[in-house]
Amino acid sequence: MSALLQVRDLHVAYGQVEAVRGVSLSVPEGHISSVIGPNGAGKTTLLCALMGLLPARGDVYFDGIDLRRFDVEARLELGLCLVPEQRELFGDMTVLDNLILGAHARKLSRSVLRMRLEDAYARFPRLAERRRQRADTLSGGERQMLALSRALMSRPRLLMLDEPSLGLAPLIVREILAEIGRLRGDGLSVLLVEQNARAALRVSSDGYVLENGCVVLSGSADQLSSDARVQRIYLGGS
Amino acid sequence: MNSRVRTAGGLLLALAIIAAAPQLLGKFAVVLLNDIGLATLVVLGLVLVSGVGGAISFGQAAFVGIAAYATAWLTTTQAVSPWLGLAFALLLTCSCAWLIGAMTMRLGGHYLPLSTIAWGLALPLLFGNIDALGSHSGLGNIPPIHLGAWSLDQDRSMFPLIWLLVLGGGWFAVNLLRSRSGRMMRALRGGEVLLASLGADAYRVRLTLFVLAAAYAAVAGWLYAHAYRFVSPTPFSLHASIEYMFMMVVGGTSQLAGAFLGSAVFMGLDDLLKDVMPRISGRGSEISSLIFALIFLLILQRVPRGLGRPLKRLLGQVRTQRPMPAAAELALPRRELPARGSLLLSIDGVVRRFGGLTAVDRVSFDVRAGEIVGLIGPNGAGKSTLFNLITGALPLTDGKVRFLDAPIAGLPQREIALRGIARTFQHVKLRSNMTLLENVALGAHARSQCGLARGGLRLDRDEEARIAGEAMRQLERIGLADRAHDLAGSLPLGTQRLLEIARALAADPVLIVLDEPAAGLRLVEKEGLISLLDTLRAEGMTVLIVEHDMEFVMNLVDRLVVLNFGSKICEGRPDEVRADPQVQAAYLGSDA
Amino acid sequence: MNADIALILGADGLAGSAVYLIAGLGLVLIFSVTRVIFVPFGDIAVFAALSLGAMEMGRLPAAIMLIGLFAVIALIMELVELRRDRAWRRLPATLLIWGLAPLLACALAGWATSHGPEGLRVIAAVLLAVPLGPLINRVALQPIAHASVLTLLIAALVLHFLLSGLGLLWFGPEGIRTKASLDGAWVLSEGFSINHQVLLTIAAAFLLAAAFYVGFERTRLGKVLRATASNRTGARLVGIRPRHTALVAHTVAALLAGIVGVLISPVTTIYYDSGLMLGLKAFVAAIIGGLISYPLTALGAVAVGLVESFASFWSGGLKEVIVFGLLIPVLILRSGLTTHADEAEEDEV
Repeated sequence: MSALLQVRDLHVAYGQVEAVRGVSLSVPEGHISSVIGPNGAGKTTLLCALMGLLPARGDVYFDGIDLRRFDVEARLELGLCLVPEQRELFGDMTVLDNLILGAHARKLSRSVLRMRLEDAYARFPRLAERRRQRADTLSGGERQMLALSRALMSRPRLLMLDEPSLGLAPLIVREILAEIGRLRGDGLSVLLVEQNARAALRVSSDGYVLENGCVVLSGSADQLSSDARVQRIYLGGS
Repeated sequence: MNSRVRTAGGLLLALAIIAAAPQLLGKFAVVLLNDIGLATLVVLGLVLVSGVGGAISFGQAAFVGIAAYATAWLTTTQAVSPWLGLAFALLLTCSCAWLIGAMTMRLGGHYLPLSTIAWGLALPLLFGNIDALGSHSGLGNIPPIHLGAWSLDQDRSMFPLIWLLVLGGGWFAVNLLRSRSGRMMRALRGGEVLLASLGADAYRVRLTLFVLAAAYAAVAGWLYAHAYRFVSPTPFSLHASIEYMFMMVVGGTSQLAGAFLGSAVFMGLDDLLKDVMPRISGRGSEISSLIFALIFLLILQRVPRGLGRPLKRLLGQVRTQRPMPAAAELALPRRELPARGSLLLSIDGVVRRFGGLTAVDRVSFDVRAGEIVGLIGPNGAGKSTLFNLITGALPLTDGKVRFLDAPIAGLPQREIALRGIARTFQHVKLRSNMTLLENVALGAHARSQCGLARGGLRLDRDEEARIAGEAMRQLERIGLADRAHDLAGSLPLGTQRLLEIARALAADPVLIVLDEPAAGLRLVEKEGLISLLDTLRAEGMTVLIVEHDMEFVMNLVDRLVVLNFGSKICEGRPDEVRADPQVQAAYLGSDA
Repeated sequence: MNADIALILGADGLAGSAVYLIAGLGLVLIFSVTRVIFVPFGDIAVFAALSLGAMEMGRLPAAIMLIGLFAVIALIMELVELRRDRAWRRLPATLLIWGLAPLLACALAGWATSHGPEGLRVIAAVLLAVPLGPLINRVALQPIAHASVLTLLIAALVLHFLLSGLGLLWFGPEGIRTKASLDGAWVLSEGFSINHQVLLTIAAAFLLAAAFYVGFERTRLGKVLRATASNRTGARLVGIRPRHTALVAHTVAALLAGIVGVLISPVTTIYYDSGLMLGLKAFVAAIIGGLISYPLTALGAVAVGLVESFASFWSGGLKEVIVFGLLIPVLILRSGLTTHADEAEEDEV
């Protein structure tokens, strides 16, 4: 299986600090890969750089294409998509409008648009109930559902998620991560960044552990979940 | 010794030039230089309030106008001496400035500059409509200034007065910016929260600067009225205010010397173009203002920081070093630290809700004097919110916080800082254009008193020496005493964190609260930080740390408090906490 | 003051309100999408008015030279970027937007100068204003898009001086008044009648406000603009390019400026520097709307127009003092309503 996303020796500066130092990873097509690690490890900076929001040094190849010359909007057109930690929803617009805008890059016909909206409502029925409500009136979990659905409207090939479980109750986290797991069936590949290591590893096929901007461990999800070093990295001490 | 000789020499030279120039230069040049001098005075004030203070003001010309009209009216209708006119002009202008500033200095974002455009436009229009002020034709026959037997009724005779006042104004401004008040003014751009954490009120500091800038404009206005002996609304219009702003930007927004440079370049160029263009083309005068605007746009694009900065580099940094106190007893008054183990900070059932979301849910714990407590938890657990509740940056929804046996919930940040809680910031808030010593000295602000006047007139030497001594002491503690006069912007992040702690220590606090001090630090820097905090604990200081870095806190703290989803889930010694299954689930994720 | 005078003042005031409403819509549009306070708005309106005046006198409007100059500079800037990014497939669109469109507007104006009924000249004058907005933005503001608030404000003010300086140079210092599009008046009662021109202005304001509403709520483009105003990062993440929305915002705003110009030129004498006052008064209306709400901006425009009209009755010279003096309490009220997070202020500019 070829790698959809290939990252080699990526360096990203965030302010004065080098937040990502020589990270290499790859996401095979049709797989879910996780990047886990304690807070401040550089996970969010990594995703922002991959999407083009931050300048970076190093190689990033998407489906064999060098992304260096591509800005955020162009990477979106290629099939890359990011759901950021802050969700960045259009708070004063309705759920429906947010979803419609998610497909902006694709210039869809009305019928295709309607089909995709139906898919989104089937995936998260709560969004259907609230379709005419303003996005900033939704609860935390519902916002995450909306952010995810908005990203899926453009049918990306690689979906990058930044801490989808952030601030959410365990039950909702379960629901959302299960849905993410199901996405694999739709031909989607996922790069999942999470602080919640156990939940992330459960839906992934492989993972990378990031600490202080460097990849310190990598392997299949099974290997990592039983690796005692992961616990030490998270909780510190010897 | 060297710098004293240099200053004295420079002063003598300046005085000689001021005395000789009007005799040597032609009338045209003298008039131009007078105009440049007046503009320099106004722009000095503008640099203070807008360049240093960050309050963009498009209305300085209006203040010049108030003063000019005030003295014109008083000396013509009441036939009093122009010196009384000066007092009247200053009083009236500063009162107006105080009124306007009291209303507008709290405005943020775009609103503040827009408000200055509002009165910058309205006031001169007002002048043009009041009959007693001559309406659009203006007021004439203003008497000249008398100095004893001399009547300053020529441009040549006004020249020395104008330039002496410019020199004096510049000297005052330079002293002010180096003094205690000036340091706080230079810190304004760091934000309200920074000033509050140092015990100062950003609004009042900005208001003071605003009135001071108006005072500078008032002196210029007074001089203008008695130099030209005629006032009309046009020189005080919004157009003129915008020109002063241009002069400031060209000269280098926060450079005092830029006031002179900008004014000279602007007016010199304007004059030159007005002279040359009509000779080239019949429509020359119209084209000149056009070319002017074009040159401006170019300057904005090419030299966005103004011409003052490269010039300063060329002339070399003139760093005056304040003398250190000879004896160690010359120190600022110190607080008495509470006995080790006594109850210092008590958090009791604290709740914070944002609409439907409960960010902090009935958290309770204590901090005792002389210990280091760590507040930890996964991302989104409510640590930052709790931190802001303790320091007063956010109000409590419910619960109590007591510090030194007095309630502090609901008090403003400033007040809490003054009671002895010093804090650092997750995103370091240092002033990169100030030296290490000056940054640390900011911390001692609340322990000293000298104000605007004493600072500007250099009557604060004694207190400054004490403050400098205190700052050096703290710098020595963090091992940076040898770099005291370097700019803070040149430090790596880890050292900047240490510097912020030194600043917090300069406030002589009882409790230090650190916000993620280890974030982004390299291993060596973390070790240095741990060793510093260990030393502080040994000296009786109490520390509360909010942190993500587990490795860091485990080796340092006496006790840990763990939050998750806004509630406290565990409290105890590091090894106890690490073994707690709930904590493990919180960090690594639940299996449910 | 009796009822008759009050009615007359009211009608006059509403005519002013209509103008400030249209201008306010344009200013809020640009600010919400680009976060720039577009001071030169009034100057574009003045250019449209002066161009109409020139055409009526059979002279080719000098604005053509300005458009030509800026179009050339903009084309060069765009082509340099295309070459750097090797994005040649964007060439046709680039040539169309920055070359052909301005050229067509100029050609129409040129034709309307010598031929054509008055109506065509009015349309030509408005269309001349349309490319000015995006051209000014592309040439002067986009290169410094990431500069500080102060620099952008100063750049906008310098642009005003540049444009009014050019206005003086090309159109001369004399003021102009164009022929009214509609003559006559609607007589309501003895001693009270409303000019048809005034009615036209008010009708235009209503229509444009309605068009704005429909455009924002119903069209795709409207949603895209609202999204950009709502969350710029989110907009980029769904593929909305900031440059495109800025282009649209400036084009629409310039159209509004052109309409304002031809609406006021028959009623007021327009000078080369009338733009600043016009723009600033419209700004007062926009500030009442908090620079984000269109309905509140409309209300603000009504307030400003009426205050100005009644103030001018009370004291002709002081009317502007009152209008701008009232801005300060408005700013204070507005600032109190929007909670400002402690903005991490910029380091020395």
